[in-house]
Amino acid sequence: MADTSTAVSPAPTSAAKPAAKAKVVAPAFREYPTIPALQIDSMVESTPYIATAAHNEPLGFPGELAEGWEQKAVAKMGELLGKYRSLKVYMDSCVHCGACTDKCHYFIGTGDPKNMPVARQDLMRSVYRRYYTLPGKIFPKLVGARDMSKDVLDDWFRYYNQCSECRRCSVFCPYGIDTAEVTMAAKEIMDSVGVGHKYVNEIMGKVHKIGNNLGLPGPALENTLEGLEEDVLEETGAAVKYPLDVKGAEVLLVTPSADFFAEPHVDSLIGYGKVFHAAGISWTLSSKASEAGNFGMFIGNYDQMQKIAMRVREAALELGVKRIVVGECGHAWRVAYSFWNTLTGIGAGANDPFAIQLQKQLDPNYRQPSHICEVTWDLIQAGRLKFNKDANDHRIVTFHDSCNVARGSRMGDYAGGQFDIPRHIIRAVANHYVDMSPDTTHERTFCCGGGGGLLSDELMDIRVKGALPRMEALKRIADKDGVNFMATICAICKAQFTKVLPYYGFKMSMVGGVHQLVSTAIVLDNEQ
Amino acid sequence: MNYLFALLFYIATLILVGGVAYRVYDYARTPAPLKIPTTPAPTTTSGVAFRMFREVVFFESLFKSNLWIWALGWLFHVGLALVLLRHLRYFTEPVNFIIAFIQPFGMYAGFAMAAGLAGLWARRFLVERIRYISTPSDHLMLALLLGLAVTGLLMKFVMHTDIVAVKTFFLGLMVFEINPLPSHPGLYLHLGMVVLLMMIFPISKLLHAPGLFFSPTRNQVDNPRETRHLAPWAAQLERKA
Repeated sequence: MADTSTAVSPAPTSAAKPAAKAKVVAPAFREYPTIPALQIDSMVESTPYIATAAHNEPLGFPGELAEGWEQKAVAKMGELLGKYRSLKVYMDSCVHCGACTDKCHYFIGTGDPKNMPVARQDLMRSVYRRYYTLPGKIFPKLVGARDMSKDVLDDWFRYYNQCSECRRCSVFCPYGIDTAEVTMAAKEIMDSVGVGHKYVNEIMGKVHKIGNNLGLPGPALENTLEGLEEDVLEETGAAVKYPLDVKGAEVLLVTPSADFFAEPHVDSLIGYGKVFHAAGISWTLSSKASEAGNFGMFIGNYDQMQKIAMRVREAALELGVKRIVVGECGHAWRVAYSFWNTLTGIGAGANDPFAIQLQKQLDPNYRQPSHICEVTWDLIQAGRLKFNKDANDHRIVTFHDSCNVARGSRMGDYAGGQFDIPRHIIRAVANHYVDMSPDTTHERTFCCGGGGGLLSDELMDIRVKGALPRMEALKRIADKDGVNFMATICAICKAQFTKVLPYYGFKMSMVGGVHQLVSTAIVLDNEQ
Repeated sequence: MNYLFALLFYIATLILVGGVAYRVYDYARTPAPLKIPTTPAPTTTSGVAFRMFREVVFFESLFKSNLWIWALGWLFHVGLALVLLRHLRYFTEPVNFIIAFIQPFGMYAGFAMAAGLAGLWARRFLVERIRYISTPSDHLMLALLLGLAVTGLLMKFVMHTDIVAVKTFFLGLMVFEINPLPSHPGLYLHLGMVVLLMMIFPISKLLHAPGLFFSPTRNQVDNPRETRHLAPWAAQLERKA
């Protein structure tokens, strides 16, 4: 499949009408990226569509803001302070040193001071101080404490929906304060009083009802996969299978639903199939767990996150697979790698009956779950895949580290494997590779600008502005080294960049998956 | 005055020790339900100890972040640490030889501490972003610490006080004996600020000191696939399900 075809945003068009009110403006490239001067309230207009009762109630949230919400919100904050050490410690620990102030891509792109991580945290910290600290109760003005009010809530709804939970600030904070934890708690509190982001809550409803974020029912998936088999057969002569709900397969692949139909995502799905085919590994997708993404994390809701993760556990048990592999998806991989074992007892190290059930079934010789890049790299090292690297010669490739993979997970057996393995794969399948500036890669990578559930159309202005630091880094190597392809391993990054690249004068087809490159270069045995 | 300061120091010590102990207990009993180390993170406990050591001693993350804040902050904290160690000589008899050895360093550390604080305070006025996030309490905290440093340095270099009497006073306090404190305005100011600092420690941003050790992004081992991590309230949720 050609990677130059028109882009389709996996953001479901039904979720949000094209934003009429927000004018989308891309900031100019800066010759020397300096810290922007403050532009007070420059993004005060950016606010997501609010979820309606129809979106909220199936998730157990109140339909809308009701009388007495202030006390409810403050009580919810108290509950979370007792449940999450991160929140409690982070509310107390900040000394306003300012180390984080220039680290957020949304601040760099907008200059709005409330997009500085510390100021974003302070939107909640000010309320925390008012109700849960002695000085805030006695001298609110002195310590910057505020009552919970509609104005405060409106600011929360605006600015906690201008945080993509990318954790870049947490790298630089001397106390490791992670704004993502604060944002998640804020979203959890807002949802608990009926104020949610429509796009995110609607999507969680679809996952529960249909099995994936895009609301693709089983028959549609089947059709799509058959179509892919035909395409691949026609193009390569190899009868690569894209199986659905096959009991007894060795591998269950859980991938973001965008991979089923969106460009360029689908090219990576084609790649995964070719890898399994070439290595002779039996695999299957699941119609029940046809979504790797877990929007429960975005809103900090443990319950939702667990329910959504549980579908994967159930599918794995039903299909009797030996391995669980996760496709190219950033936040999904964070949830899978860091949280699945906690949420669903998928891995080792536990002796409760719940965890033991899956441990008995899954093959302990493999990492559970594995990232598709771990699978492919292991196969490459074992000499089980062959490539024609020249097939990628029309591409000069760079790699965009997706934020949640980079700072919220790992691959392989050592710290930092998540940076090396995708790059190793790219170098194994393509001849031309260039890294972007080290200030913008590895643990210092910038979010694409669309993470954390911000991938909705009405937030396009902040999405475009937040992409500025990444676009600048790309521009430098595009001009210097002729880079024309930015590989990434995240469905959100892919969807975001296809939309945002044109605002900065790039072609939307410049972005694609690592397994898209694998797909181009892999040599299939029964190729004619 | 002797009795007033004696009383204040007893109260302040109770608040400081009791308050910080309660905070530490509170942090320790609050579960961290999910594995959230900022990766790449150490995959072993000893690796985490080493990461924490680098954070506490060298301010590693701050170093990555901003050299100005790092330099000023580190200067202040190291200065403060030396000054505090130096002050141990007022509370021990005989004085440990290490404490005796660092006396001259501790003296100059007072200047380092004041310089660091002055620099950090200047940033609160000069850097627009930091001016924006500063609250009155941020300024007062710096004023308090700088006041402590300046009054201390004044007593050391300009208007001496009767150090022997001060030591007698504090050694006495520790065995519940009230001895006379020299009548010296600089000393009163200095000790008053010490008392204030001790009292606000457990209810202010000074909690960053114990907080760092409880920060899940820094103190967790990156091993979620190998070991199941389950908070008590989450385990309960599972039993219900």
